[in-house]
Amino acid sequence: MFNSLKVKIYQGNQFIPDIKNSVINEKFRGFPLIKQKLCTNCDDCQNVCPTGAISLNPLSIDMGKCIFCGDCENSCSSEAIKFSNFHKLSSTSREKLIITSDTSIDDFITDAVVSSEKIKKIFGKSLKFRQVSAGGCNGCELELNACSNVNFDMGRFGIDFVASPRHADGIVITGPITENMAESLENAYNATPEPKIVILVGSCAISGGIFQKSSKIDRNFLEKYNVDLFIPGCPVHPLSFINGILDFIGK
Amino acid sequence: MNWTISQNNKVINLADISVVNMSELREDIIKQAKHNKRVIGYFGQYEDEKIKLYVILADDKNSELLLSSSIFDKNDSYDSITEEMPVFHMFEREFYEEFGIEPIGHPWLKPVRTHKKEYPFFKMDGEEVHEIAVGPIHAGIIEPGHFRFMCNGEKIYDLEIQLGYQHRNVEQLFLQSKGFSSHLAESIAGDTVIGHNLAYSNAMESLLNIEISNKAALIRLIALEMERIAIHIGDLGAISNDIAYLMGNAVFGATRTLVINTLLEISGSRFGRGLIRTGGVVYDIDRKLTDRINAMLDKILKDVERMTETMFSSASVLSRLERTGTLNTEKAHELGMVGLAARASGISLDVRVDYPCKWDKDLCLNKIIMQNGDVYSRAYIRYQEINQSAKIIKDLLLKLFLYDKEPLLVKTDKTLFPNSLVVSMVEGWRGEIVHVAITNKIGGLTRYKIKDPSFNNWYGLAVAVRNNGISDFPLCNKSFNLSYCGNDL
Repeated sequence: MFNSLKVKIYQGNQFIPDIKNSVINEKFRGFPLIKQKLCTNCDDCQNVCPTGAISLNPLSIDMGKCIFCGDCENSCSSEAIKFSNFHKLSSTSREKLIITSDTSIDDFITDAVVSSEKIKKIFGKSLKFRQVSAGGCNGCELELNACSNVNFDMGRFGIDFVASPRHADGIVITGPITENMAESLENAYNATPEPKIVILVGSCAISGGIFQKSSKIDRNFLEKYNVDLFIPGCPVHPLSFINGILDFIGK
Repeated sequence: MNWTISQNNKVINLADISVVNMSELREDIIKQAKHNKRVIGYFGQYEDEKIKLYVILADDKNSELLLSSSIFDKNDSYDSITEEMPVFHMFEREFYEEFGIEPIGHPWLKPVRTHKKEYPFFKMDGEEVHEIAVGPIHAGIIEPGHFRFMCNGEKIYDLEIQLGYQHRNVEQLFLQSKGFSSHLAESIAGDTVIGHNLAYSNAMESLLNIEISNKAALIRLIALEMERIAIHIGDLGAISNDIAYLMGNAVFGATRTLVINTLLEISGSRFGRGLIRTGGVVYDIDRKLTDRINAMLDKILKDVERMTETMFSSASVLSRLERTGTLNTEKAHELGMVGLAARASGISLDVRVDYPCKWDKDLCLNKIIMQNGDVYSRAYIRYQEINQSAKIIKDLLLKLFLYDKEPLLVKTDKTLFPNSLVVSMVEGWRGEIVHVAITNKIGGLTRYKIKDPSFNNWYGLAVAVRNNGISDFPLCNKSFNLSYCGNDL
């Protein structure tokens, strides 16, 4: 009992007080900054990219495909690509995840996530998710679990993961959606009561990521149902996830 | 001579691997098992119209690997080895599923990864017996898998685990990609980024015949031990959570954050993604970072020490952990358990000691072994391994300065050795990771076989929960913490 109290006092407060303005270490590879002027069209970056996230003329990176490995930055001899440590990468539209020289961080955060009064009203105070891992490597799953630990403490915003889709307001999908999980994913979606939202987390879920060429994935689910929010990362950082949701529900 | 002797990361010419009649090979495998040679590879490859089966046995005492092979026609069959040695049951199921060569007399020849609508499951009859089906989607944020329990009241009689939901065809993707696939290796199992990428890189570097710098080798091992510490601390937190010891969950959770954030300071990713590439590492550990790592280790050792001392002296904690989910040495041996779960059941296996690289030899590691095989053993062994790994990192950091001037990454335009096979083993935090790469006559990969420790250990979980209360299942599961995607690949 006294020992327990001692540990408690020694540990003190662990939570990050200001989630919205928290900054990740500068080594973190987040929002890519592109300088078209410096690009020599040499295609070195395209050749090292394992997921085909880069296009030339104009130079662009698709954050929905990008696994943030940093190989393009390291291969570029003219410093046309640089990953910043900015972590708010979410967007409500798939197209906006494609970053070009014209997209500055400020531009991106002002219009990438579009919230609506309806969403704010329904989900603003309490938002519960059923998470479905559909071929994920367990990286995004670890980070989604970390969202609820004492550091990130997502529960303070009324956002939680729940055990049953019937108790949920939406589905959070990780992984490229394997053939073997396609049916269960759809069952979970159908078991979630309306109104509901769908969030894709990590490059696997958004584009198939590193597994996009696999013959064992089945992404028909995404043809059938509307996706409300895309949160890039490989894996997604807890701060990217929490801030993405907070922006989406207008908090 | 039926067996070709090889070593960890040694390249063997395919022509040097003898091809043996299957009945003879079967006898030989059973004979070798009596001399403690255990199977670490049993997989097929198409060769023209025929199918070649490769068998790899590990001789842990002598740090040697024994290779042999056999040829089958399509739709051939052979007498199952599982009958004699249960450890083969998953290997034979996998081989049958991929190549259709039937092991006759296999007790339960179900698919491993391909899914059918209707599966047979073990049934039990009796008025009191009831069946509980869980998954593929579980209550928490974990990977999918299906668990079928046969219970009498609260007590589990039998558990059958059906996986395969995560199957992404990773082994095939390795053959499809042009260039090196370190990124793919990092995504085999996202909780073992360093372990799997290390096994992959070692295999490729052996086939390329390049030597990486001492500095790069040290940084890799530092990352490997940091991964071990991070996951072990996380697991102690998760075990605490499953017995409603919430302070443990909170404190270990916060402590783990410190470790993975330091990994981020090294590599830009909390799990070490992007750090290891074929030919070395991408990021350096300079003096400033060394001090940061040492300071972090001192802090987390203190935090873990305080918390475990409190936790393991609490009677309510011990009553839940001790004698729960027991897997005794005999059973663990019979099922071919590996890694941490095996060491907790008194089995002496650790790649770092059994197949040491030159740095491992310098470290003079001791295997940490416990005897009881219960949840407590698996939890306590984690605590001990955290301390051991922290010491390893500190030793390696000291060595790092000696090689300050060396390059991080060796670039090469060599091609892989043609017609070769290499076995690469790494002791990941979960246990022994085995990658096998086979090349064709122009040095292209034609087979890439991966065995995650989970492939061995899932059945151990099923056996360990027998006669336990069903409410202890999550706790037992967490104490093994096996990978679904590592099994399903």
